[in-house]
Formats: sequence, structure tokens, C-alpha cells
Amino acid sequence: MIADIGLIALTIAFIFTVYATFASAYGGWRGRWDLVESARNASLLAFPFLTVSVIVIVYSLYVLDFSLAYVYDVSSQAMSPFLRMAALWGGQQGSILFWAWMMAGFVAAVLLRKWDRDREMMPYFTATAMLTTAFFVGVVLFIANPFVRLWHIEGAAELTQALFQPANSMPYYPEDGGGLNPLLRHFGMIGHPPTTYLGFTGFVIPFSFAIAALITGQSRGDEWIRTTRRWTLVAWIFLSIGLILGGRWAYDVLGWGGFWGWDPVENAMLMPWLTGTAFLHSVMMTEKRGMMKRWNMVLIILTYSLALFGTFITRTGVISSVHAFTKSALGPAFFAFIGLTFIGSVTILYLRWDTLKSEHTLESFISRESAFVLQNMLFLAVTFVVFWGTIFPLISELVTGIKITVGPPYFQKATGPLFFVLVILMGIAPLLAWRKQAARTFGKAIWMPFIASLGIAGIWGYTHRMHPASILGLWLVTFSLSAILAEFWKGVQARRVTRGENPLTALFNLIGRNHRRYGGYIIHLSVVLIALGFIGDANFKLETQGTVSSGEALTIGDYQLQFEQLRGYPGSDGREIVEAVTTLSQDGEAIRALNPRRDYFTVQQQPVTVPGVYSTPGKDVYVLLVGWDDSGQSATFKIYINSFINWVWLGGLMMIVGTIIAAWSNPGQRETTYVLKPGVLTSHSLVQEG
Amino acid sequence: MRNIKRKLLLVLLTIIASFYAVSIVYAQEGQPGYPTDNDVNRIARKLYCPVCPNTPLDVCETKACEDWRAQIRDQLSEGWSEQQIMDYFVAQYGERVLAEPQRKGFTSLVWFLPLTAVLIGTGVVYEVLRNWRKQKTTPAAVSSPPEIPKELLEKIEREIRELD
Repeated sequence: MIADIGLIALTIAFIFTVYATFASAYGGWRGRWDLVESARNASLLAFPFLTVSVIVIVYSLYVLDFSLAYVYDVSSQAMSPFLRMAALWGGQQGSILFWAWMMAGFVAAVLLRKWDRDREMMPYFTATAMLTTAFFVGVVLFIANPFVRLWHIEGAAELTQALFQPANSMPYYPEDGGGLNPLLRHFGMIGHPPTTYLGFTGFVIPFSFAIAALITGQSRGDEWIRTTRRWTLVAWIFLSIGLILGGRWAYDVLGWGGFWGWDPVENAMLMPWLTGTAFLHSVMMTEKRGMMKRWNMVLIILTYSLALFGTFITRTGVISSVHAFTKSALGPAFFAFIGLTFIGSVTILYLRWDTLKSEHTLESFISRESAFVLQNMLFLAVTFVVFWGTIFPLISELVTGIKITVGPPYFQKATGPLFFVLVILMGIAPLLAWRKQAARTFGKAIWMPFIASLGIAGIWGYTHRMHPASILGLWLVTFSLSAILAEFWKGVQARRVTRGENPLTALFNLIGRNHRRYGGYIIHLSVVLIALGFIGDANFKLETQGTVSSGEALTIGDYQLQFEQLRGYPGSDGREIVEAVTTLSQDGEAIRALNPRRDYFTVQQQPVTVPGVYSTPGKDVYVLLVGWDDSGQSATFKIYINSFINWVWLGGLMMIVGTIIAAWSNPGQRETTYVLKPGVLTSHSLVQEG
Repeated sequence: MRNIKRKLLLVLLTIIASFYAVSIVYAQEGQPGYPTDNDVNRIARKLYCPVCPNTPLDVCETKACEDWRAQIRDQLSEGWSEQQIMDYFVAQYGERVLAEPQRKGFTSLVWFLPLTAVLIGTGVVYEVLRNWRKQKTTPAAVSSPPEIPKELLEKIEREIRELD
């Protein structure tokens, strides 16, 4: 049986991960390099064995081997081959296997790198990373095993799920399976879950490096932090992509006209992203000034713990949520593991507190350092707001016994002002020099963008004067945008003047000469675009709902939606489709036909609303078919006008580009920091940024 | 002078207040067609489906939620106010139907604690920066930065001159 091969491979992988954990820790402790090498080999081998398990499950899903309970749950005859294979991460057991596999892949990739400069960290890196991998593989093997089969015990009314044949039983082969949750039967299934998992699991690398640095005392130096920064960037960009694709997917299938609903699972993903972002900034304090070493360690531990916490929320459904498709009894195991990880790493940090000693000096409150500290505090504050709001229903139920909901209004009101300050800070902080910024030069740098933003926001606001509140938001994005663009402008001008390059070449060379800085600026620009999407969502969103008969139209803003007729037909994947034929017009002129639908999945008895969308750079007209009367003569539609929403997706693309540029090390440029003695040329921040 | 200040304050308050205003004009009680779907959704949006996890009542697709929306419509046409309807739902299904947590009792902690945290955080940031600034004067803090090669220094100065 092919499934047995998968189970055997999984068992071997588990043995390897456990062996690697103990052998590397013991080998590192006793200085037994033979053991450390053997542990490394075991870790490298765990990955191919897990790969075999994954391939077996994907194959079983594809050929519909319904004797496996997992396949029976998430796959079905009606599903396309693509969806059958994507069902690997469509249910509990498969998700955790996929998770463990990715984590093992990350660890293997890092173990293959050169370890000549930080060899003494390897044993503890391996031990930390493999301990986590062993936990996840162990969960797959013992708690959520995808290789469990269906058996029929003689005389029993219900089927039994077991790995091995129980007494007096017959293997049971169902005709067809239940299939994926209809909401997951979407092209988005290929993007959002894998990138999210890569983001979550990727954080094991910086965490393991940090723990290894603490144990070996390498944390005294700065080498480990450079390695850690790059791997954090890798995890961070995958998490960012996962967040954006998740937003896009929600917009396309969840049918509420928005892309971010402050759902517990979304929050679970946002939290490690927030602390990870804080770390990617404060790490510069350590690199450039040797400051905040302890704080960085705290951030790494926090980020990783929040990533585990996110997994816990997602996979156990402890805080009930639309995403918690898969509920199980995993809670205690996860809870214990998160607790142990957190307490263990905090203890190691406490014991090694002295190795992270650093001198903190500051010449002025107006300096890059102050901006970073403030930025870190704000990111942590947002994290706390989100964390508290996410777990509060649980706390309320435990303390008072009353169930409550903490919905979007709380998160919008509590995080809004904090994000507002962060976006301003994003515009001005790059202009600030390290140590001390002379107020006059700062004023010189900022007055142009400031005036420009007032002008643009004024004009822009005037065209949207029916939404007075939006002017503040529009000013916010234009200010930050002008400040960042001014930085590009200055650099390009300097190159044009000194080297006579044309503007395009100058821009290209400017970015090429300092990947980190300009990659960072591009990421900042992308954040401005995403912020614009949120401002549009908060201020300019229009919605209306109404029932119209054939030939009648529903009006919203300048748009009219004319309903022609309803038509029904069977679709793929076992769905019955009811589709409305409508025409969208603007100021009386027809633009295009829209076909909002309601897909009804007969087996699951679940409807999925598919919007009809007319998309322009400025706004989307998003039409939902909410209901109809049985004669088909009239239908109810809900129409949203979502302003600026497409800038979110554009911002997402730009963020990826910016991160790739920032992570790319400049060729031929050593990552060395020269810090000038105070007093030498201080009016210019003369720090060569690696 | 005080007058201008008061006016400014008023303008500011209006701007802030309009943040929370919904940007659609709804049919008012007494007008023909009242209550419309939009009037129902305006209230349903502030409520959460009492049976499905984490789904606002205005978008929930289940039959139960359809009935609840129909109930809101009936109540509106009977002349109930928004507050009366919200209160009715809380009394019937508990506090968890409210999208926005209340600001009283134990639930007020959800609002209060983050605010306290931000205030404390701001204080901590100020203290930390003040401490760092003080340390500047202690001689121990002067660490010796790596020597910069002379050529590099000259190159930097040359480039700065070019920049200005």
C-alpha cells in the first residue's frame, strides 16, 4: 500500500528530528563534533523523508484513495485535480504535515550553508530548530495523522478511524468524499496558505539563531544579528505576501465587500508581522550603533512566540472564527509547547542578559535613534491592541462567563491613531540623522514635502468635500509619499549634477548603489499605497441594497445597475449556479455587463456568493447577488463602491519588489559600518549603510 | 484670540466626529419606502450573527440571519429606534451580538487597557531616551569607533561638497 510508505517515511522523519535535537545539544555541550555532524545529517535527511510523506498524501488526494480518513474528508470526485492536490493544506492533518515539511525545508536550507564563521552556533541552532520541527512532526504522527484509515467493525453503527486494523474489522472504502469547504475552492487556495505557512515557519530560523547566539555567547558580537536579519526578512516577506493574498481572497469569496475583517485568524497573522517589522527596524540600531541588543532579542522571541500562537489559534479554533474550519483536540499540546518555548527562551535570555550589554548614548531627542525607539513602541502598542482584542472574548468568558464579540469597530478605533502616527514617522524618520539632527537642516529637508502635501491634500480633499474626515487621511498619505519621493529626488539630482547621468539611469544607479536604503524606501512607498486603500475603505466606501424587478435599476453614486434576468446552470465541483445578468452604467451610459452569482454546493449544502466586479484604478463597483424571488422576476443586490482598493494590491506587489531589493546584498560591498567620531561632519549622517 | 481657539476646536471636533459618520444618506422614518434594506443593514452591521462565529449580521447568509434582518425591518416599521432594537438583541442573545464592545463593566477593560499601555509606553520611551542622553556625558560611554581610512574620509568629504 502506498499510504504505508508515507506513514513509514513520517515515522523515520520523526525519529531523525528527535535524534537530531538531542545529539546536537549533547554534542555541542560536550564538544563532540562527530555527534553534531551526525545530528546535522539527520536534520538534512528529515526533509526528504517528510517530502515522501507529503507526496504520498498529495498522490492519495489526487487518486481519491478514500480509505484514508483525511482524503475522505477533504477530497471528492467533483473536485478538479488542482483542488484535490491543494487539499493537502485544506484540512487539519494535512496542514500540519505541510507545516512541518516547510519548517524542515527551511532548517535544511540553513544547515547546507557555510558554517565556517559561526561554527560554534551550529549545534544549538540545530537543536532549537529541530526541537520545534520534532514537535510538529510528532503532532502529525500522534495527534493529527493524515494516514489514519477508515474501518468498519462488525456490528458497529459508525466507522472507526485507526492507523492499524482493529479486531473484527474490515477496511472501508467510501464511494465519494466530503470534499473541501466550498469557500476554499478558489484559485486563491494556491497562494495564500503556502505563503502564510512559509512566513510562519520561516521565523524558526531567526529564533534558532538567536537562541544559539545566546547559549554560545556569540550574542556578544554582531555577526549573528546580520544572519538573523536576512532570514527575518525572508520570513517577513512571505508573511506579507500571505497577508495580502489573504486579503485579496477574502475580497473575492467572502462576500462582505472588504479585504480585512479583524478576524481572530487574520489578527493571529498580523501580530508576528508587526513585531517582525519592529525587529527589522530596531536591528539597525544594533548594526549601526551597537544599541538595543537586549530589546532585539526580546523582539525575536516575541515574534516567534506569536507565530506559534498564530498557529495555535488557526489550527485549534480556540477562538471561534470563520477561518477555524478545522477544530480538534490539539489545544493542550500546542498550549504546552508555546508555554515551554516562551518560558525556555526567556530563561535563556535572562541567564545571558550580560552578554547583550551595550552602551546607549544619544546626543539629541531629534535623531534617528529616537525615531526608531518611538517606532518600536508604536508597533508594540498596535500588537498589544490586536492581541488584547483577539483574546478578550476568551478572557471575558473565563472571568465573567459572558461571551462577547470584539469586532472591527474596536480594532479600527484603537489602532487607527497609532497607525496614523506610524505613517507620519515613516515619512520623516529617514530624514533624521543618527545621534543628532540639527533642527535647521531637518526643516530644510521637510518643508517642501510638507507644503506640497498640504497643497495636494487640499485640492484632492476639495474634490471629495462630501467626506470632510477624509482630508486628514489624504494629507497623511500625500505627506508621507512626498517625503519619501523627495529622498529619491535628492539622490537622483545629486547623481545628475555630479555625474551627468540622465534621470532614469541616475535612479537606477541610485537604487543599485544602496539596496538596503532604497529597497527600504520602496517598501515604505508600498505601505503608503496600502494605507491609501485603508483610508478609502474607511472614508469613501458606499453601499446600498435593494430589490429590483427585471428591467429596473438600482442606483449608487453615479452608477446604475440594471437587472435583466436570472439564469441557472450546473457548475463544476458539484455546484448549482444562479447568476444574475445585469448591466452597469455610469451617468446613464452603459459600461459593461456584470454577472454576480450565488453558487450552491449541494453536498455541503452551503452557498458561496461570487461578486460581479467592475474594477478601475480609482474604485471598484462590487455587486453581490443577495437573493431573488422564486419566479426569477426580481432579485436583491448589494452594491459596494470601494475606493482606492486596488492600491492595496499594487502596494503589495511593490512591497515584494522592495524587499527583494533590500535583501539583495550589494556586490563588492562589505557589510561594514563606519561610525564617525562625534563632532566630525555631524551635520550629515555619514554612516555607510551596508 | 479665545474665540479663534474655540472655533478651531469646534472645527477639529467636527472633523473627528465625522470620522465615525456613515457616508450614506438613509431614508428617514416617515418617508415612503421606509424601512429600506439600507436602513436594516445600517443596524445589522453593528450586530453580529448570534449563531455563526464572527459574522456580521448584515452579510450573514444563513436563513436564521435572514429572519433576524426581517425582524429588524418589522421593528423599524413599528417605529422602534436603533437603540431599542440593539437593546432588544442584547437582551435576547447576550452581549456577544454587539460588534463594538461596550464601554462599561468588565468589558470596558478591552478599551481601557490598551489606552493605559500606550500612555505607559510613551512614558517609557521618554524615560529611555532621556537616560541615553544623560549617559553621553559619562566618559565610559565614549567607545572608540573603528578608524576610518584617510582616503575614504576624503572621498566622503568630496562627495558631500558635490552634494551641496
